[in-house]
Amino acid sequence: MIKEVRLPEIAENVETGDVIKVMVSVGDAIAVDQPIVELETDKAVLEVPSPYQGTVSEVLVKAGDTIKIDQAIIKIDTAATTSTAAESKPESPAPKPATRQDDAPRAPAPLAPVAMNPEVAPSASTLATPTPIATGAAAPAARTEAAPASPSLRRLARELGVDIHNVTGSGPGGRILKHDLTTYARNAVAGASASAPESPASEVTENTKWGPILREPMSKVRQITARVMSEAWTTIPHVTQYDKVDITEMEAIRKQYSKKIEPGRGKLTMTAILLKVAASALKVFPQFNASIDVDKKEVIYKRYYNVGVAVDTDRGLLVPVVRAVDKKNITELSAELNALAERARSKKLTPAEMDGGTFTISNLGGIGGTNFSPIVYPPQVAILGVARSRIEPVYTETQFEPRLMLPLSVSYDHRLIDGAAAARFLRWVVQALEEPLLLALEG
Amino acid sequence: MTERKSVQVAVIGAGPGGYAAAFLAADLGMSVALIDPATNPGGVCLYRGCIPSKALLHVAKVITEAAEARDWGVTFGAPKIDFKKTRAWKDDVVKTLTGGLGQLSKQRKVSYIQGRARFVDPLTVEITDAGGTAEYLSFEHAVLATGSSPSVIPSLDIDSPRVLNSTTALDLDEVPPSLLVVGGGYIGLELGTVYATLGSRVTVVEMMPQLLPGADADLVRVLHKRVQGVVDSIMLETTVTGLKEQKDGLRVTFDGKKAPAKSMRFDKVLVSVGRRPNTGDLGLEHTKVELDEKGFVRVDAARRTHEPSVFAIGDVAGEPMLAHKASHEGRVAVEVIAGEPVVFEPRAIPAVVFTDPEVAWCGMTETAARAENRTIKIAKYPWAASGRAKTLGRSDGLTKWIIDPETERILGAGIVGAGAGELIAEAALAVEMAATVTDLKLTVHPHPTLTETLMEAAEVFFGQSTHVYRPRRD
Repeated sequence: MIKEVRLPEIAENVETGDVIKVMVSVGDAIAVDQPIVELETDKAVLEVPSPYQGTVSEVLVKAGDTIKIDQAIIKIDTAATTSTAAESKPESPAPKPATRQDDAPRAPAPLAPVAMNPEVAPSASTLATPTPIATGAAAPAARTEAAPASPSLRRLARELGVDIHNVTGSGPGGRILKHDLTTYARNAVAGASASAPESPASEVTENTKWGPILREPMSKVRQITARVMSEAWTTIPHVTQYDKVDITEMEAIRKQYSKKIEPGRGKLTMTAILLKVAASALKVFPQFNASIDVDKKEVIYKRYYNVGVAVDTDRGLLVPVVRAVDKKNITELSAELNALAERARSKKLTPAEMDGGTFTISNLGGIGGTNFSPIVYPPQVAILGVARSRIEPVYTETQFEPRLMLPLSVSYDHRLIDGAAAARFLRWVVQALEEPLLLALEG
Repeated sequence: MTERKSVQVAVIGAGPGGYAAAFLAADLGMSVALIDPATNPGGVCLYRGCIPSKALLHVAKVITEAAEARDWGVTFGAPKIDFKKTRAWKDDVVKTLTGGLGQLSKQRKVSYIQGRARFVDPLTVEITDAGGTAEYLSFEHAVLATGSSPSVIPSLDIDSPRVLNSTTALDLDEVPPSLLVVGGGYIGLELGTVYATLGSRVTVVEMMPQLLPGADADLVRVLHKRVQGVVDSIMLETTVTGLKEQKDGLRVTFDGKKAPAKSMRFDKVLVSVGRRPNTGDLGLEHTKVELDEKGFVRVDAARRTHEPSVFAIGDVAGEPMLAHKASHEGRVAVEVIAGEPVVFEPRAIPAVVFTDPEVAWCGMTETAARAENRTIKIAKYPWAASGRAKTLGRSDGLTKWIIDPETERILGAGIVGAGAGELIAEAALAVEMAATVTDLKLTVHPHPTLTETLMEAAEVFFGQSTHVYRPRRD
């Protein structure tokens, strides 16, 4: 049914408004309350919301038009007439502001920024001490994304000889706190690893003598990954323990139950099962669900079990966290995992959903490979890697049998966890998968 | 020839950049010389820029408010304007402030040398005073802070006292009966609205489709609406094609979208189309100092030039050409000279247009984000919903935050409205401290003030603003 949207009464003594922008086009799907036009009145700029849901069938005004109260703005073809919205009077007498939440930049009509535009002054120097212009780069180099640190902290970084862009911030939204900086500097000094080495990489970045190159700016996700991985690698002494699980029985059970729980929840994956197993293993081996405070020389055992699952998206590696894994059953975990992965892929994941993990699982089995050594994600101390399962001949007591074997690996922080503990941890995971009752008995 | 003096730091130019540098150098115990043709430090800002224009803008504001008070039951009647007295007060403000700077200079034992400096080699300048006497000064380091001058349009650069630039426009003997302002940037608008309020018939002509080209359109829209009612007309997308002095004024021809069909006559024409850096006649050819295509001195993040002993700061070193940028740069340069591992790396430099309403912004603007194709989220709060604005009778305003969608960090802010220039400082701090929207939302702001609009705009981001019903749709 075609419904006309008319300009409602906005405020007292406001008879007309100027259309600044029409925010929908013919054919667009439109939801209730979605803004239709941006309107300027004497009092304010505001957005007129749609009272109906449906598809826009006609747009009756354009930018620059002056429209009157009760004038028709657009026509909507409502799919169903369940909407009870009458002629919309806005619920509050106060005009709604023009809040625009742009998910993507609009078609650019940029006015070249002129003298007035106080761009953040490019800070070229990523060197600890600024070298005189005479010896090298002239004007400031291409602008790097400013590090989220207060001015005093930026100065402290320079004094300490640290490139603040390499420090991972633990504050809200990744803000760099003083503690992050001093920890980073201390670890660098302690020689955990060469931080920001004078690298042969500079040969490639500056030099095209070996061949043509193409420079591309790094995406946000890539920049964050680079920073986090760099810090993880330089501060955590990694060891990886490898093992294999016989999932012949488990796989059969998984397939069977997947059909049952799939409707509405998506497939039951091995990862969902591993989530549950991991949470139980973390209860049996609390060291793996901890962090270390190097300054205070304390181990922080966490009494909650939030497991991150690495998801490969077109933006890069994202790790949404499933919270309170120990309190959910596998069916619930499966549903949640599928929803999170979907949100990750459709760019709907919020920073809060990637925060607060105590352990991580990285499953590359879907792609292939025999085994890999994942990198621990600080401040966690361990991560479970899963590769591709395959049929292998396994010698049982009397003969070789074809069994479905799944390779697992756990990388861990050797400052907290020793080899024997890691071997036991992974053995427990293997056994829990091969003898599921163990999960209920001990986990 | 007087004997050669020698200092550790020679600062060339005593504007806000130069004198800030010189004073800090003296505070750090260095021997300093500060060179400038004027009697006291101050530069363009104090003598013929920021300060005198703000004084006149204040006068205009009082006249405007007195007229508006009629709506509130207080009628003053038409003001009697003694422009000579206004000008004298303005001159007095300048004199007091520059005199004060002179005092500070003496207290710190800075050698203030009145004259013009030219490099004879990378470690020496020749300083010539008004009478033509020259002296030499050697230094270990020089800080070039010679500032900028009003740009000139060659075709309009006729030799007539009726053609003004910002300097001469601030020094008029009387309010011109009619004034054409060429260039709708901040200088043209500030001076144009001042004279319009004082009684001049003012016309503004601007080449671009918007006043304050480059500033965010939503902020300019609010200003445009108000200025429209103050001046006679605003001609956007229009240029001046000819300027001829006649007996009774200047005859001006136009071309463009809003160009009038016939030529128009004005008593005075103010050309305010930008400023260019002062690098001529400095003897820079005797150093390795390099200039870029726009004429600015090339510097690195520490404000060093290509000549190791020479630093450059302020308008002469690049955009934005703002006094507060100059003073911060000047201080950084001196700290570098003192051996500190510092660079000039602000995350936000606020810009303020002191019209009525004021327009101010800092950090990333919407315009810049779009040009970079950067995804941002915007949270706006209309002053129509501000209690304080209503009590001032000035609901024409807008506060907005520019936010990074992934981290919810504040990237920038834009404000238009009475006092925007003061409000923007909090936004600059938010950007510098890498604050997130939540930080702003949770900081208790006093009521009833205009500062609340900053906090409430942060609430808008979450769809939970108390005074504005706008649920968040994700």
